[in-house]
Amino acid sequence: MLCAQSIEKKRFYMSIQFNEQQMAECKRLIARYPEGKQKSALLPVLHLAQESFDGWLSTETMDYVASVLSIEPIEVYEVASFYSMYNLKPVGQFVFEVCQTGPCMVSGSDNIITYIQQQLDIKPGETTKDGIFTLKLVECLGACGYAPMMQVGKIYKEHLTKEKVDAIITEYRSQAAVKN
Amino acid sequence: MGVKLLLDKAHVPGIRTYDVYRREGGYRSVEKALKEMTPESIVEEVKKSGLRGRGGAGFPAGMKWSFIAKPEGVPRHLVCNADESEPGTFKDRYLMEFLPHLLLEGLIVSSFALGSNDTYIYIRGEYAWITDILEEAIKEAHANGWLGKNILGTGFDCNIHVQRGAGAYICGEETALIESLEGNRGNPRIKPPFPAIQGLWQRPTVVNNVETLASIGPIINMGGDEYAKIGVGRSTGTKLISACGNINKPGVYEIDMTISVEDFIYSDEFCGGIANGKKLKACIPGGSSVPILPANLLLKTAKGETRYMNYESLSDGGFATGSMMGSGGFIVLDEDQCIVKNTYTLARFYRHESCGQCSPCREGTGWMEKILQKIETGKGSMSDIDLLWDIQRKIEGNTICPLGDAAAWPVAAAIRHFRDEFEWHINNPELSQTSNFGLQHYADPIHVPA
Ligand SMILES: Cc1cc2nc3c(=O)[nH]c(=O)nc-3n(C[C@H](O)[C@H](O)[C@H](O)COP(=O)(O)O)c2cc1C
Ligand code: SF4
Ligand code: FES
Repeated sequence: MLCAQSIEKKRFYMSIQFNEQQMAECKRLIARYPEGKQKSALLPVLHLAQESFDGWLSTETMDYVASVLSIEPIEVYEVASFYSMYNLKPVGQFVFEVCQTGPCMVSGSDNIITYIQQQLDIKPGETTKDGIFTLKLVECLGACGYAPMMQVGKIYKEHLTKEKVDAIITEYRSQAAVKN
Repeated sequence: MGVKLLLDKAHVPGIRTYDVYRREGGYRSVEKALKEMTPESIVEEVKKSGLRGRGGAGFPAGMKWSFIAKPEGVPRHLVCNADESEPGTFKDRYLMEFLPHLLLEGLIVSSFALGSNDTYIYIRGEYAWITDILEEAIKEAHANGWLGKNILGTGFDCNIHVQRGAGAYICGEETALIESLEGNRGNPRIKPPFPAIQGLWQRPTVVNNVETLASIGPIINMGGDEYAKIGVGRSTGTKLISACGNINKPGVYEIDMTISVEDFIYSDEFCGGIANGKKLKACIPGGSSVPILPANLLLKTAKGETRYMNYESLSDGGFATGSMMGSGGFIVLDEDQCIVKNTYTLARFYRHESCGQCSPCREGTGWMEKILQKIETGKGSMSDIDLLWDIQRKIEGNTICPLGDAAAWPVAAAIRHFRDEFEWHINNPELSQTSNFGLQHYADPIHVPA
């Protein structure tokens, strides 16, 4: 019993590991800081980990990052929980992060947010049943002049209209279909 | 109209690449600075230029540089603040996206002046694609001998590293930024010690905004005195304004600071007037943290004089009747906008972004958000207005970092200038859910006390 459990655990940890390319990137990030200051690489390494392991940071992922940087797990948890871009829960394949702050609001973001909720049939913070989309409301992303806007992964989608939202949903649905 | 020093080449096809940028005269200031000048003489030129920090506080850049400590054997660092998260502000993004080499040029000269061999750009995490653009530009600069070891044979070594943040407005505050660069939560430090003495890894550090550093190249090329001739008074040089909200032409504009607010809003060269033929109601002229002004006080000062787009004129009248240049995030509200709702979204923003270290800020921002939401949804009472006023007063000046003030000022200004709109909301709980208070008297000419 005990034995089976530890094998199970080991296998789990094994799956959380940077591949060669990711490890090289990780080393490049650490090398940007002086000797002994490898903790400075924590934010970029967490980004890398989140991208590498299903778009979120599980405890196992965070523990792994701690071991890579030779710091305590708690140092990783406290940082991961501070910054809004780190997901501490699983998310859909694509996260729609829609800006709701003043300048976007005066440019009509409310209507866009309502429309996305209707089209995806989810509320902010939820993921669609098929696991494709998560909707997140966020604060100013520095695109106020191109409002309303949302971020999907690395990409900014700006000057949103209902038609554009339809097209974006279709675009990512088909991307998801290809992947799966 | 006016001089352009930063964006004059922004529309040259391919200017993002090294070859085109160099062909257009790029990197001349690095040659001049490293070969013909000393770090001291560069600091002198920047002092003469009168350049003020473009990140929001407007502190003279040359003076800040002269404060950096130089203890024997301790490395010093220059850090470029590219966290740009103040609602309404998107100018640094524009500079980095279209003119990455202009920033690098300024960074190399500034690193030389400050003695920074490892310089960091801390960029907000959401600007991921801009990080790629910067990394590419850095690669090009290395390949062409502008970065790395022994630059231009002068013996000066310099590397520039880009670090992404991860979603936290507070990391724009310089000591929180330093904490974040060290891999910690973005909790601002108690000052003193100032970063110039003990900053990144306890080493002497200067933190400057992207636009401030991008202005260094032009200053070195033309000389501090010439730069200081542009603009007016202590508002020297040119300033980027990111204009947004209900205007015809939102975008990033470079202005010399002699243009009036009215011209900036209505001329076709800039905002192109209010969108959809509506009327101007109010404006937050310098990013969400600065006081909102009703149209009448925006276009003219309380003394009835024309208001101009510069540091002095925008703050004319203090907080009673003026505002601030801030970060240059120019947010325009038309007659259909609700001041209560706008103030509520900003209060929510500050609550979300408070790092939670000081109780006046942590608790106060939460209370302000709740009360404003109550009023906005038609559940407010008259005493809520006084309560809001009381809370914002208790935050201001009682916190470790200026985020507390930044959260208090928008609420204070909204109540100061638009109290009648708050009262209307409270007196008309149902009507306020379906219609708007509108323009009322805000666009009327102001009455100047005799
Ligand atoms: C809450 C808060 C957020 C800030 N955000 C930014 C920012 O995003 N970018 C910036 O350049 N400065 C920001 N600042 C100002 C910085 O603390 C610092 O004054 C500035 O980077 C100095 O550069 P400058 O002198 O070139 O303006 C912020 C300050 C506070 C209090
Ligand atoms: S004022 Fe707010 S953001 Fe600044 S240190 Fe205090 S709690 Fe943190
Ligand atoms: S308010 Fe939405 S991007 Fe700035």
